Amino acid sequence: MAFLKRLLLGEQGLLVIFVIAFAVVSVFVPSFLTERNMLGLFQSVVTIGIVSCTMMFCLASRDFDLSVGSIVAFTGMVAVMASNASGSIVIGLIAALACGTFVGFVNGAIIAKLKINALITTLATMQIVRGLALISSDGRAVGINDPGFYQLALSRFIGIPTPIWIMVALFCVFGFVLNRSVFGRNTLAIGGNPEASRLAGVNVDGMRIWIFTIQGLVCAVAGILLASRITSGQPNAATGLELSAISACVLGGVSLAGGRAAMTGVIVGVLILGIAENAMNLLNIQAFYQYLVRGLILLLAVLLDNVRSTGLGRK
Amino acid sequence: MADFLSFSHISKTYPGVKALSDVSFGVGKGSVHGLIGENGAGKSTLIRILSGDTGADDGEISVDGVAQHFGSTRDAFAAGVVVVHQELQLVPELTVAENLRLGRFPNRAGVIDFRSLKDEVNRRLKEIGLSVDADTKVSRLSLGERQMIEIAKAIMLDARVIALDEPTSSLSSQESEVLFQLIGELRASGKVIIYISHRLDEIFRLCDGCTVLRDGKLAAHHPAMADVTRESLVAEMVGREISDIWGWRGRPAGEVRLKVEVMSGAKLPRPIDFEARAGEIVGFFGLVGSGRSELMRLVYGADPRRSGKVSIDGVESSGANPRRSIREGLVLCSEDRKFDGIVQGLSVAENIVISARRHFSPFGLLSLRREADTAADFIKQLRIRTPSAKQDIVNLSGGNQQKVLLARWLAESGVKVLIVDEPTRGIDVGAKAEIYELLYHLAEKGLAIVVVSSELPEVMGISDRVIVMCEGRIAARYERAEFNEHAILASALPDRTAGEPNKKAS
Ligand SMILES: Nc1ncnc2c1ncn2[C@@H]1O[C@H](COP(=O)(O)OP(=O)(O)OP(=O)(O)O)[C@@H](O)[C@H]1O
Ligand SMILES: [Mg+2]
Repeated sequence: MAFLKRLLLGEQGLLVIFVIAFAVVSVFVPSFLTERNMLGLFQSVVTIGIVSCTMMFCLASRDFDLSVGSIVAFTGMVAVMASNASGSIVIGLIAALACGTFVGFVNGAIIAKLKINALITTLATMQIVRGLALISSDGRAVGINDPGFYQLALSRFIGIPTPIWIMVALFCVFGFVLNRSVFGRNTLAIGGNPEASRLAGVNVDGMRIWIFTIQGLVCAVAGILLASRITSGQPNAATGLELSAISACVLGGVSLAGGRAAMTGVIVGVLILGIAENAMNLLNIQAFYQYLVRGLILLLAVLLDNVRSTGLGRK
Repeated sequence: MADFLSFSHISKTYPGVKALSDVSFGVGKGSVHGLIGENGAGKSTLIRILSGDTGADDGEISVDGVAQHFGSTRDAFAAGVVVVHQELQLVPELTVAENLRLGRFPNRAGVIDFRSLKDEVNRRLKEIGLSVDADTKVSRLSLGERQMIEIAKAIMLDARVIALDEPTSSLSSQESEVLFQLIGELRASGKVIIYISHRLDEIFRLCDGCTVLRDGKLAAHHPAMADVTRESLVAEMVGREISDIWGWRGRPAGEVRLKVEVMSGAKLPRPIDFEARAGEIVGFFGLVGSGRSELMRLVYGADPRRSGKVSIDGVESSGANPRRSIREGLVLCSEDRKFDGIVQGLSVAENIVISARRHFSPFGLLSLRREADTAADFIKQLRIRTPSAKQDIVNLSGGNQQKVLLARWLAESGVKVLIVDEPTRGIDVGAKAEIYELLYHLAEKGLAIVVVSSELPEVMGISDRVIVMCEGRIAARYERAEFNEHAILASALPDRTAGEPNKKAS
């Protein structure tokens, strides 16, 4: 019993739960553990996975970003429309990345320099950017002219689709940045105590702007891959993504009060959300129930985290 | 006489630290009992157990002969035990009145009766000699005033046992006087007061008896102070003798290193000039609220300036923010450890290297080895008591957190001017002597050092020159040869005839 308690409440608690959940689902859900389904599962979490990387930094520094879903949709549109218009995929991609970065920069600059709450700032940009996506497309999906664009999502490397590689690469990059760079450590410091960090010489405003700018850039990457997978720019794509990404981070032990984050946790968080959805699809459970289940998972994770921190802090 | 409050066989282990082992002693009714010991000796832990904040692994507390099992601070309140913690626990965004009655608002059918709340609080504040209005937001009060509010809170709870964890560490001597008077009254009314302090003169002045903890064990218990001397207490605390705590030694002062001209800001409207030479230790003395900390924050660039120029080695500094100041060699160790100092959630090591790491992080990539080495060095050099460098800093005792903050700037290379605001707040005698020694050593290396302190003996003990501030301006300057306790104190008082200590221009 004591052993079980230590196993669940320790650092590795989430991982243990993940392994158990994975094993249970593999046994009870037919055709879950097939190569085809596994690749499908990973592909389904690419968008959340990529965005969660930078969302983690945002949350760890005690900020929030609600605009990610809109940026993903908008940059997807930009990528499709710009490559249709110019006839060059490369120009489309550059335009999309630039737009995403710009929106992120604006978020960061408003939050850091004008000292406006991140929740409110990104709530505003979330709607503005979604509006831009709808206006530019007149509210309709925009098809891709050049079939080369599909290849972004369809191409494979050693049998695994490119988007999954990109997600994995970003996991590695941001995991490294968090643990091994001054940037990562300063992010956690700002989350822990912004005023003390500033007095200790951390460029808090600069850091904030960078965090949001990178978030914008990364959302653009996710937006491009999403557009390529659904073979069009959809102005209504990725609604609710901000909540999924925040859920994945919180599941992964990122503290909303800032100062605490781990890449492995976030990866597990992303996969738990992915597995839940995938299993429910395989079991033909109505999509409506999926909201319910996702909410419950999140609640459980937060409770676990709560039990864990009080369990360690007090006798 | 049977002890009113008694601890028996209290033990407590934290991961990697035996904070208390088998501590037993008792205190009689109507007495003030001192609790002393080095940083990390376990004083606060014992008090936290008394307050129901944490549980003991073993042992028992009894009040008035009844064994108590406090599951929470509410249980302790119910038994008449109230603790004023070392780190203040007021809610900054609420008013004084709200803080004092938090959780116990006078109400009619759930609606807070603000009128009677305010009246009652104002009356009580007056009774205990505090001139703060009940409607003031706590965030607008000075640290000293906040401390007094905390103590007022304990008194208003009609406690039978009141424990004060380093209550005077952020009070001016005038404010301390008010507190001592209060403690005297509480004792006369039969309460038990546990008094933790690193200032031995306070212990001798106030306490009827005292207990010394060392490394979590009971080192000595004195039911009466008659046979106790300062030297014997120090020896019991530290385990060795310390003869001269100040240990001041003269050194030649060099060229002017720090020159501050016409400095002013929102809270310090009148422009101020001062300078400090290489190898010089300049002490800033003044009452709480005299503007010393505000001045230092302006010099460091922590707050926006209205006017002012800082030159380091004759070169005008561009530093209007802390980051630039650090790069130009001027650093500040702030007074408010909890809000401006430690970064909660990060480890001891991270807190030490947070600034210095830029020197050994090529392209922004960490050198984990160098960081670990640097942290280990300072943990050893300053004798920071922590089970490991990876420990979360909030788990360290107050004095050890202070040492970590000093280590942060000692780890910086290229510091020319070191400003320390209350550097020994909450630090034990042994460590104090070590910190003074460190300051002399840095001064000998040619740094200009500015020490802000509310402890007059400390300022006089270690400074080469003292600048006295009063109500936002410089009131007097003294060379070491002219040091005179009465003169310095007199120039710090706003009005020399009406000695109302808590009055603050707002
Ligand atoms: N929550 C905690 N987790 C782990 N260790 C702790 C925790 N709280 C205290 N400690 C450790 O217990 C020991 C005793 O700490 P305590 O705060 O009681 O010291 P103290 O005597 O009050 O010191 P100071 O004079 O510096 O305030 C220290 O070594 C400290 O690091
Ligand atoms: Mg303490």
